[in-house]
Amino acid sequence: MLQLSFNKRSDRRTVPPRQLAELQEGERAVLERLELPEDVARRLMEMGFVPGNTMTAARSAPGGDPRVFRVDGSEIALRHETAVHLILRP
Amino acid sequence: MGGCSGCSLAAGTVSAAAVQPGRHVVALVGPPNSGKSTLFNRLTGLRQKVANFPGVTVEKHIGRAKLSGDRETLLIDLPGIYSLHPRTEDEQVTHDVLAGRMPDVPRPDAVLLILDSTALGRHLVMAAPVLALGIPTLVVLNMADDLRSRGGHVDVAALSHQLGAPVALVSAARGEGVEGIDDFLRGTAAHPRSPLVELPILQDVPRCREWAARVGSRSSYRAPAPAEWSRRLDAVFLHPLAGPLVFLIVVLAVFQTIFTGARPLMSLVESAITASGNAVAALLPEGILRSLLVEGVWSGVGAVVVFLPQILLLFLFIGILEDSGYLARAAVIADRTMRRVGLQGKSFIPLLSAYACAVPAIMATRTIENKRDRIATILIAPFMTCSARLPVYTLIVAAFIPAKPLLGGLLGSRAAAMLGLYLIGFLAAFVTARALKSSVLKSERTPFVLELPPYRWPTLRSLGLRLLDRASVFLRRAGTLILAVAIVLWALAHLPLTDGKPPAIENSVVGTIGRTVEPLIEPLGFNWKIGVGLITSLAAREVIVGTLGAIYGMEGNSQSLSLQSALQRDLSLAGAVALLIFFAFAMQCISTMAVVRRETGGWKWPAVQFAYMTALAYCSAFLAYRIVSAL
Repeated sequence: MLQLSFNKRSDRRTVPPRQLAELQEGERAVLERLELPEDVARRLMEMGFVPGNTMTAARSAPGGDPRVFRVDGSEIALRHETAVHLILRP
Repeated sequence: MGGCSGCSLAAGTVSAAAVQPGRHVVALVGPPNSGKSTLFNRLTGLRQKVANFPGVTVEKHIGRAKLSGDRETLLIDLPGIYSLHPRTEDEQVTHDVLAGRMPDVPRPDAVLLILDSTALGRHLVMAAPVLALGIPTLVVLNMADDLRSRGGHVDVAALSHQLGAPVALVSAARGEGVEGIDDFLRGTAAHPRSPLVELPILQDVPRCREWAARVGSRSSYRAPAPAEWSRRLDAVFLHPLAGPLVFLIVVLAVFQTIFTGARPLMSLVESAITASGNAVAALLPEGILRSLLVEGVWSGVGAVVVFLPQILLLFLFIGILEDSGYLARAAVIADRTMRRVGLQGKSFIPLLSAYACAVPAIMATRTIENKRDRIATILIAPFMTCSARLPVYTLIVAAFIPAKPLLGGLLGSRAAAMLGLYLIGFLAAFVTARALKSSVLKSERTPFVLELPPYRWPTLRSLGLRLLDRASVFLRRAGTLILAVAIVLWALAHLPLTDGKPPAIENSVVGTIGRTVEPLIEPLGFNWKIGVGLITSLAAREVIVGTLGAIYGMEGNSQSLSLQSALQRDLSLAGAVALLIFFAFAMQCISTMAVVRRETGGWKWPAVQFAYMTALAYCSAFLAYRIVSAL
């Protein structure tokens, strides 16, 4: 029992939540939450970055940043520094 | 960024389209990229006016709709917004107009809510706050042709029942289904009563989305397949190597075309002006009136009007880049560079439109949320080479730079010189931005969020309206400001009279003024005639061309020469280079200073900007003159 729960805890520690910024081109994932100030989060949600919504990473600008994400059939460009605060569902 | 209609605003030449009470007022509301302006243009055509909402810089587009009924309907095109939650100036204006709280604008009798039918999943969210206002609303689902061709579907009748509002599926670009809007505006459309679904609590974005998803699925909405060709184009335009290369080629092609492609049209206009001037001269008896018309008006105003084809060509290119959706990609590519100077990709779009005119560019900065970023963008925008510099550059470059093919004939030496002038403006802007952002305007970074609309063919209609608007602004300026300067100049050049005869131009009032400033500008290689031009061009840059045209037109021995050859005789190569550099950096535009004052809420920033730009222009021109003279 002890062993098991220990494993569980270490699992949680070794697998940190993934960020939107980590998605590779063409990869899809569901958004879990936005760790951003309220006004910024609201703006992003209005653009489609809502918890529970699926997003796909698309092309990026030359140099890898900003990257375009496909949400609700639209394409929206975000910088890496913003995309790290968008946490994906495991 | 609607063309350069802003110039006319700041110059105060467009009287505000006042909305009188008693008329049927309809507001157009919708998110950006929903084709709202295309529909507005479709419904109003040429019967539209641009003005400003009182107290703010948001443009107010008002037009009369062509309806068969007798009642006059006024359409107001509100700015594109993602929500009615008032945070930016755009959202505030839309909110206030719809709530009936905007002075001079009565509460709309009806609303056209324009949504992109290919992105209903997201756009339908906007329906909740708009319908909650209780104003009769027609939900216009635009881009019907796209929806169909990409295999999407929506049940219009079901959606109308769900929302409790009439719904029309249209293609504004093709004019498809627009009758439905006419029916609604005439009040004959069937109005379903109460909505089948309750409206959600508006503050909660996730709830609103759930609501929109429910409404969508009950109207059997099927989102269309993604626009494949848009992705294929992005594979090129956002490609790590091809992307920047394409960008460069586009820019070079634009310069080459503006410089060489406009030539035939320009000589056509030029010969028309010369012929009409000669005709007038032949008709009138020798005397004061003939002298005023031919030497003052024709050579002054004509010298500027010649550049109309070139300016229209520039606006055509900017219009194509903007309407096709390429500009948003360019902003994404530029974000990295913009970040290096402390700004963001969003500042790039106003800066690009500053290549047309700084006035609308400065108004377009309102999309930048961070106040310090916005002021920095406003302060550097006038360094971008606006279209008013084009006549000055073209005249001097054509007079002093011999035409030689470069890069194996790809680029002419004159086009290359122009490109160089555009580049130094750009560099000045970047160095200034960097200095501002690392000192007085230092701030935290705000996130860059930009929607990339699918690529679309620009419609002839919208390009045509843009060019027409621009041509009328340019000609109006030639017919008012430049005409006035030409007449005053002519009068001052003919005074004081001695024994009833005008003096030689050097001894006239103009000559005296020119000679007074001459010591100040002599270190730059300019003589008194250029000095008079510099003074008059404080009103607007292109006025110097008209001024020089008028001065040389009145001067006895250069009368027969073209403006180009007259300049060649009067200015050294070093002086010509110094003059170009001076115009690249100096702030010579009353309209821009007025709009900066209004935007920043005081005289502090326009004063700082004027002093900085003039000092930079003077010092750089001095250096350029010294360096080229020494060569």
